[in-house]
Amino acid sequence: MDLGSFLQYLISGLTIGSTYGLTALGFTIIFNATRVINFAQGEFVMMGGMLSVFFLSAMGAGLFPAIVLAVTCTTLAGVVMERLVIRPVQGANVINIILITIGVSIFIRGLVMLFLGKDTFALPPFMGTESLNFFGATIIPQSLWILTITMFVLVGLRIFFNKTIFGKAMLACSFEQKAAHLVGISVDRMVMLSFAISALVGSIGGVILAPITMTSYDVGILLGLKGFAACILGGLGNPFGAAAGGLIIGVLEALGAGYISSAFKDAFAFIILLAILFVKPSGIFGKAEIERV
Amino acid sequence: MLVIKNIDVFYGNVHAVKKVSLHVDQGEIVALIGGNGAGKTTLLSTVSGLIRARSGEVIFDGSQITRQKPEKIVSSGISQVPERRLVFKPLSVEDNLLLGSYHRYSFGKSKAIAGDIDDIYAMFPVLGQRKDQPAGTLSGGEQQMLAIGRALMAKPRLLLLDEPSMGLAPAVSQMIFRHIGKLRDELGVTVLLVEQNARSALKISDRGYVLETGRVIVQGTSQELAQNNDVQRAYLGRDASD
Repeated sequence: MDLGSFLQYLISGLTIGSTYGLTALGFTIIFNATRVINFAQGEFVMMGGMLSVFFLSAMGAGLFPAIVLAVTCTTLAGVVMERLVIRPVQGANVINIILITIGVSIFIRGLVMLFLGKDTFALPPFMGTESLNFFGATIIPQSLWILTITMFVLVGLRIFFNKTIFGKAMLACSFEQKAAHLVGISVDRMVMLSFAISALVGSIGGVILAPITMTSYDVGILLGLKGFAACILGGLGNPFGAAAGGLIIGVLEALGAGYISSAFKDAFAFIILLAILFVKPSGIFGKAEIERV
Repeated sequence: MLVIKNIDVFYGNVHAVKKVSLHVDQGEIVALIGGNGAGKTTLLSTVSGLIRARSGEVIFDGSQITRQKPEKIVSSGISQVPERRLVFKPLSVEDNLLLGSYHRYSFGKSKAIAGDIDDIYAMFPVLGQRKDQPAGTLSGGEQQMLAIGRALMAKPRLLLLDEPSMGLAPAVSQMIFRHIGKLRDELGVTVLLVEQNARSALKISDRGYVLETGRVIVQGTSQELAQNNDVQRAYLGRDASD
């Protein structure tokens, strides 16, 4: 086993794992606010990539404005989704709401297919095409962009949840909803905000990955499921576990494809998901709550 | 200050509060006593806007607050310390207090709010010592102080307290009751106190209502209630024939 190819697998794993991690974060944020698994999360990721391509090619916007527009539109789509299909069924059984999110995901996929077609598109890399050599591994600049942007998103979310009163209020809703109402937090508004942030984070994950893996109307299914696997791996409800879970799944997938067989590349995430559910269903970072009664 | 008129509240098909009327005047401590399932918590939840009354009205300082949203009611000056305290366990003590000021928070006010948090620490020094600890690691009495502190951070004129002594050791609950007295005497907060511990509640309150299966069955000054035979038998653990 030579170092160069190992590093190569590691880097490509971290690169794709970043998107899984961001997808998983999206799941986590909505889950924490509502106890709902939003199976339309993968579609937010897809919309990030596909709308960027659309704004870039069809509207003739520059790459950067196209990305900003795509991310903004996806965020708005998250808000609209909450307002139109989640809020009206408030108080319904969580399972029913989860089924509704599956419906929304089919709807979004269909809509994108109808307007943007079934083709596969590539987004140009953000900047630089010259690859770097790192101990025998080749790093394309887009990988560095992906890792940097993911770091920024993670730091940004950390600041939002730990330092701002809105982030703390959102956490408060997930810990003790009645008390959140009683201190004057509008839980409805926090749920809407959680959909906005999830869509934002998911679409960023889709945009940064699109130059590497290409994108089409149906990439959201697999990305969503892998993000979900990452979420379970990291411990459902734990944002930083989710991000770490994404990176771990990305790396294991890349190593598995490299050393075992690339034919099973997509299977690894689900093998890990099953293994975790059998062995430690609370996830590797899931821990018992500290509590004194 | 608070007037509840003929209120009816249902939980699904259960008629939990039946045509209850009561009032709390400025500067009073009013006790609401009764057993489990009497409708005490339901009544407070209705005042706070968590549950909607089917009929009747809640009037606060002359304006209708019936069926308003909880966040609206908090900003009008009513704050509740819920049953079982419901502190935000994974968040720090300080964050719990900060969130208490949510309805009046803005970036410009963060200094003033930090000052208000210090006032809470002055009132409950143990919270200051534990300000960075997750609230879930506090003892029951400390969590109760935190829940009271959090409710005070909203700057209420009327404080609704739901079973503040529940699950606390007698010495700790006595201390909590002393603090409740101080809230009125030193901060001028009006208090509506729901308690199963009728003896202590009647000791610190001015007036009281006894609720049974959703109805007010007796009301009067706390002294009258403490001497009422039915109240003694049912809630003070004393047989009237003694």
